[in-house]
Amino acid sequence: MNKKQKRVLWRIIAAAVMLVALHFIPSEGVWNGWLTFALYMIPYLTIGYDILLKAWKGITHLQPFDECFLMALATVGAFVLGRLKTGDYVEAVAVMLFYQIGELFQSVAVGKSRRSISALMDIRPDTANLEREDGSCEEVDADEVPVDGIVQVKPGERVPVDGIILSGTSSLNTAALTGEDAPRDVAPGDEVLSGAVNLSGLLRVRTTRAAEDSTAARILELVENASSKKSRSENFISRFARVYTPAVVIGAAALAVIGPVVRLLMGLTPDWTDWLMRALTFLVISCPCALVISIPLTFFAAIGRSSRSGILIKGSSHLEQLSRAGVIAFDKTGTVTQGVFEVAGVHHARIPENEVLVYAALAESFSDHPISQSLRRACAEELDPQRVTDAREIAGEGVTALVDGRPVAVGNDRLMARLGVESDPCSSVGTVVHVAVDGSYCGHILIADRIKPTSAAAIADLRKNGVRRIVMLTGDREAGARAVAEELGIREVRAQLLPGEKMTAVEDLIAEKHSTETVAFVGDGLNDAPVITRADVGIAMGALGSDAAIEAADIVLMDDNPDKIPRAIRLARRCMRIVRENIVFAIGVKLICLLLSALGIGSMWMAIFADVGVMVLAVLNAIRV
Amino acid sequence: MKKTYKIEVDCANCANKMEDAAKKTPGVADAVVNFMLLKMTVTFEDGADIASVMEDVRKRCKKVESDCEIFL
Repeated sequence: MNKKQKRVLWRIIAAAVMLVALHFIPSEGVWNGWLTFALYMIPYLTIGYDILLKAWKGITHLQPFDECFLMALATVGAFVLGRLKTGDYVEAVAVMLFYQIGELFQSVAVGKSRRSISALMDIRPDTANLEREDGSCEEVDADEVPVDGIVQVKPGERVPVDGIILSGTSSLNTAALTGEDAPRDVAPGDEVLSGAVNLSGLLRVRTTRAAEDSTAARILELVENASSKKSRSENFISRFARVYTPAVVIGAAALAVIGPVVRLLMGLTPDWTDWLMRALTFLVISCPCALVISIPLTFFAAIGRSSRSGILIKGSSHLEQLSRAGVIAFDKTGTVTQGVFEVAGVHHARIPENEVLVYAALAESFSDHPISQSLRRACAEELDPQRVTDAREIAGEGVTALVDGRPVAVGNDRLMARLGVESDPCSSVGTVVHVAVDGSYCGHILIADRIKPTSAAAIADLRKNGVRRIVMLTGDREAGARAVAEELGIREVRAQLLPGEKMTAVEDLIAEKHSTETVAFVGDGLNDAPVITRADVGIAMGALGSDAAIEAADIVLMDDNPDKIPRAIRLARRCMRIVRENIVFAIGVKLICLLLSALGIGSMWMAIFADVGVMVLAVLNAIRV
Repeated sequence: MKKTYKIEVDCANCANKMEDAAKKTPGVADAVVNFMLLKMTVTFEDGADIASVMEDVRKRCKKVESDCEIFL
């Protein structure tokens, strides 16, 4: 609690104690009842002086319909009524007392929620150890570190700005960035992102970005802006609040005048005070604060919680959209698969499998093609480029070269056919690389993209969570795409799509969806940015490094785990359910109480519950997300 | 031109009122108040004198909610 809140707390305690004490002071009848009035004024002013003051300021600024005004009017009214008729002032003081308790509670709850989010967001170090040219180290403000400068990161410290390791090995905890707890080993040449915690060794890092453009700063900015993009529910509530309060005040005025007048016309006693009491009760109920606070608080809590598990949601409105996701389109390469080509096996080998690999890797050793790289990675032994001469790349076919003086051909069916080598067909899905040495067939190597281990489970989980239609969109060939889809349990595949056709495919899905659901697209963010923008909910995966993807997406998954998608959907649904609960509960209770008090059944106590009680419950419900 | 200011306000409805008041200020194209972060993001119209517009925004906000503050 801060100072302001503590002061209110003391005032609440003091007023409550006085109220109880006054109960035992026999002051009735003294000075014609004015003594009781004066005595009750003491706790009333103790607890309510600031409200009265603010109400007065509101009136002078021609802004009468704020809650302070309502509270002031209701309690002053109750005092007048007490003086004129009932002689009871407890209600008037209690209304103010409970109002203040509610306000205090709300302020503490909101403050707490604010702090927990900012603690979570405390991933950006303020200082960095900048290395001078003479090798000495100086602690400077992280903002002052230049691009291409050298910073030292000691064990236990956070990486201050993005960069590349010059020297030192260590393991990094990237939990703040990806939600992943397992430490990641890094060595010279690796990229490190700001916000990661250095666990073991000293690292020297050459900076590649300024602090303000670094990952940690970007994440912070994203999450902070997120709650400024208001959702439909939030806008609905602000509009509602704008109409609600004046409407209830007019209703109260009408009640106070029309009720007695009607009774008079019917020849009955007008009961002015009774109707005035009902009108005052109306005013107490009219404060819209429970609604107005609980809805953004829910979204805020949900966005905070999701960013803790590595899911960045760029706005409350996207949570709303995500909760209604009924159709999800996945990109294939890099999204459900790892996007890294690896040797999956050597088949039909006439010579030892290892030799097939070494011949192929050597022949391809001058190429930077992803397939050549994966061949090199698959070889256990160090390759000596001296063994290769006369390497020639034949576009669309493969490579021929002399390895140790022997002619080696590495490539596809077409190359083999042209060289007159009979090759065995491959029954598996992937890229097939045939190898021929001295003009005779030695076998082929299968290179395939590996499916991410969590993809299948994630898809099943999505289905279980009511995603009706799951589609895979890919530029790859039909057969390969189908095989991957089958393994994952995706029934609908659109293959061999050009980048522009992916966009049309998503537009088709949007045209075919039900009116209440949304279409989400999940891509790895490298070349899918336009499609990500087009979908109702664009999800970019493993996109920490890619500015374009972060810009285009509505939801950014910090690591490349598809598992996060069902998790995000569940969270979004939970958040929206709580939002709806709060809207229905708060408006419902208030309307019922309004009705009851108009009929004269309700009391001031019920009105206090309708105001403060509902707010407390709504706030508690909101922070449950 | 877009700028973000720190604000101080106690209740969510008051924050909404501040937002309304800021939006209606001449020279302001759009304004968003984020109650949870206690921040006001103001988009200015082209050629607006930011300092004087913000003085005006602050005055108008004070008028609708006496207990608020914008840190300029």
